[in-house]
Amino acid sequence: MENTILRMQDIIKTFPGVKALDGVNLSVAAGEIHAICGENGAGKSTLMKVLSGVYPHGSYSGSIHFDGVELKASTIKDSEALGIVIIHQELALVPHLSVAENIFLGNETQHAGFIDWNSTNQRAAALLERVGLAEHPATPVGQLGVGKQQLVEIAKALSKNVKLLILDEPTAALNDADSEHLLDLLRDLRRQGITSIIISHKLGEIEEIADTTTIIRDGQSVETLDMSDPFTTQDRIIRAMVGRELSVRYPPREPDIGSVVFEVRDWSVRHPTQPDRLVVDGAALDVRAGEIVGIAGLMGAGRTELAMSIFGHSYGRDISGTVQMDGRPVDTSSVRKAIKAGIAYVSEDRKKFGLNLIEDIRTNTTAAGLQKISTGGFVNGPKEIQIAEFYRRSMRIKAPSVLAKTGNLSGGNQQKVVLGKWLHTAPELLILDEPTRGIDVGAKYEIYTIINELADAGKAVLVISSELPELLGICDRIYTLAYGRITGQLPRAEATQERLMELMTLEKDNTR
Amino acid sequence: MTIASDVKDIFTKNLRTSGIYIAFVLIVVLFTVLTKGLLLSPINITNIVLQYSYVLVLALGMIMVIVAGHIDLSVGSLVALTGAVSAVLVIQGGAPWWVGMLAGIAVGALCGVWQGFWVAYVGIPAFIVTLAGMLLFRGLTYEVLNNVSLSPFPGEYQRIAGGFLNGLLGGYGYDTFTLVIGVIAVVGLVVSAWRTRQGQLKFGQHADSLALFIIKYALAAAVILWFFWQIAISRGMPIVLMILGVLIIAYHVLTTRTVFGRHVYAIGGNLSAARLSGVNVKKINFWIFVNMGMLAGIAGVVFSSRSNGAQPGAGNMFELDAIAACFIGGASTTGGVGRVTGAIVGGLVMAVLSNGMQLMGVGASTQQLVKGMVLLIAVAFDIYNKRRVGAAS
Repeated sequence: MENTILRMQDIIKTFPGVKALDGVNLSVAAGEIHAICGENGAGKSTLMKVLSGVYPHGSYSGSIHFDGVELKASTIKDSEALGIVIIHQELALVPHLSVAENIFLGNETQHAGFIDWNSTNQRAAALLERVGLAEHPATPVGQLGVGKQQLVEIAKALSKNVKLLILDEPTAALNDADSEHLLDLLRDLRRQGITSIIISHKLGEIEEIADTTTIIRDGQSVETLDMSDPFTTQDRIIRAMVGRELSVRYPPREPDIGSVVFEVRDWSVRHPTQPDRLVVDGAALDVRAGEIVGIAGLMGAGRTELAMSIFGHSYGRDISGTVQMDGRPVDTSSVRKAIKAGIAYVSEDRKKFGLNLIEDIRTNTTAAGLQKISTGGFVNGPKEIQIAEFYRRSMRIKAPSVLAKTGNLSGGNQQKVVLGKWLHTAPELLILDEPTRGIDVGAKYEIYTIINELADAGKAVLVISSELPELLGICDRIYTLAYGRITGQLPRAEATQERLMELMTLEKDNTR
Repeated sequence: MTIASDVKDIFTKNLRTSGIYIAFVLIVVLFTVLTKGLLLSPINITNIVLQYSYVLVLALGMIMVIVAGHIDLSVGSLVALTGAVSAVLVIQGGAPWWVGMLAGIAVGALCGVWQGFWVAYVGIPAFIVTLAGMLLFRGLTYEVLNNVSLSPFPGEYQRIAGGFLNGLLGGYGYDTFTLVIGVIAVVGLVVSAWRTRQGQLKFGQHADSLALFIIKYALAAAVILWFFWQIAISRGMPIVLMILGVLIIAYHVLTTRTVFGRHVYAIGGNLSAARLSGVNVKKINFWIFVNMGMLAGIAGVVFSSRSNGAQPGAGNMFELDAIAACFIGGASTTGGVGRVTGAIVGGLVMAVLSNGMQLMGVGASTQQLVKGMVLLIAVAFDIYNKRRVGAAS
């Protein structure tokens, strides 16, 4: 390739127990926009962290050549000094500081330790003009919307004389107009000779802007596609992204599906702090007794937001729509009411939302259904232990006793405790959000078995997952969610990873 | 399970909970030696009970506040306010003693409602709400008392904190009633411990070996009986000790056996998880503060009774004694961990420290220095211990 600015060769990065990157090769030509695509967890973000010095030289193997020299960054500062700047998905701005202060944070214009405010604001104004942001440099960043904050981040990058700009999902949180503006800006920067790497799930966007696309799958670079080639279509990219054999086995099940248990109609939710953002947009879905239904969606599609807003309005504001259980409308506006209506929600982050890690299995098992084992406000201690024992046995939780602290259990066993906790509330519908995240393969199989048993017992199960093979392996029917909208549903027989990925990347007003 | 390994566990794995008891024994022994036995004389033991009972009452409420992840800085001022209200009614208004007592407790609970509202329903951090309360209630105390002290209370009111139940079942150089209470306490303790142990064995959990169990509770029984004997040969059963005993048992049960208690620990342990488990976080937080206010009212009545009057400056720094008692007793600064029994022993550590140093004639400045260091070391130990356990898992 002519004029290669970045060459990463055979990058291998391992975390305890996991090989996150397994021999990635990446070549980026000077002055191009290079897209990186891959499923959730394929290793895209890890690769960018290696490049930007978040993971220091020596913690990975392989070599990186940037601008003709070998890159051995041990901190972000080192790579920034060479002109590599990364803008993360979660913006790193201080909301109470002004735009100018944010742009020069850690890099202040100073004379003998005193900040030169005139020159700071002047330079900030010039940078803001360059990124097309018509805001005063003294405006606090917190007053700007996400789109404008994104531009401030880019201005900050430009202030560091950036040569290679890395953007991790830059448009995931933006509305259409802001996204369009950002893409225009990237084209502008390309004309000015700045190279960009963009990580994105939005294939339409990639097709529109990228010169080259590299696809990463399971920690390996699969192929690099020239986007000007007429044979490079979105379908082509999708195939490369998902083209792997199912490596995990799923327990078999003969579904016995009954009548509709759970039904949601016209469900809309707004972002809790940005009321102009519709996070869930008129979603409708149903689950039948004995049925396992999946929700597939990319990061930021609104999967967890949908589930948590249904479960006790635990997320968002201006929630509208109806929930029906067994054909009767139910009120789920508080967690208590939702539990009473027969809904249980197993969170995607069991440490943060699922368990009290400093307490034992017994206490956690009964935490959501204490009323069931108490009379007159007094907890029946022996009964409580019996119940905890029952779930420890039936879930096959590996722990010395029910008095073991949940903080000391493995991820799989912790997840089983959370499942036990919710089964104790005797729900009719279980919403399982990423039920196997951070769990090793063996324990995954056990969790799938438990899910199957629940369905066989006539429960309605709704599974949210980023892993398409998982959904295809256990679900009877799969809904796809994109940008807060249900974009389709496929029965198990018709669902393939390619079909799902197509629906998951379906943008608004895009009738592909 | 051998005795040796059990004892080893007490000093290693369970140091967090058992450490406070070991420290307490060491402090008692230290001051007994330093005061040449004066500390454990019958009259002084009675004195310690009378003198520090109100801090222990406050610690009972404070432990729940701290377990839920809050703090209450206002209880000292609230003790002053409730005592003042009671004094105005009884001393100035000539109301009967029980009207003053109930009014004091009611005012305390009402102030708790006020603070609970701001913490639970408006969402202001308890540190701020109770800091404001500290000023508000102190100001109200001055208003209620018109800036002057009131005294003395009639005899019945004084009996709340200074009275004794003596000779109810006859006395023979010792008070029989006191000894009966002591025996009931020992029997109750041993029976409940035995049932806990049976439960542990039934469900195959770790339990002390029988030998250790017998040694542990024989020792405890001896200490309790000895304690009641000392009281019995002194002035009989202090009324305030009865009140305190009932409260300790009630709050121990409330925190360990009830849904409410469980929810307090759930909120302190993981707020988000508690909320997603259907715990009504606002309601629980509200009642925690109402309860704290009510206990401050009880402490206010006891304190005004003991000091035989109400002073505008009463109760100064009591909140810090109560908070210190909880942390010395093993409560965690991040919430979710702490026990009523720990807070009581923590309060007793503070009491013995103060009383012992007073007996030795140590100056007030040194007393403050020592108490400050004890608090610091207790919390440092807790953090160290947490790190150690964290590293081990």
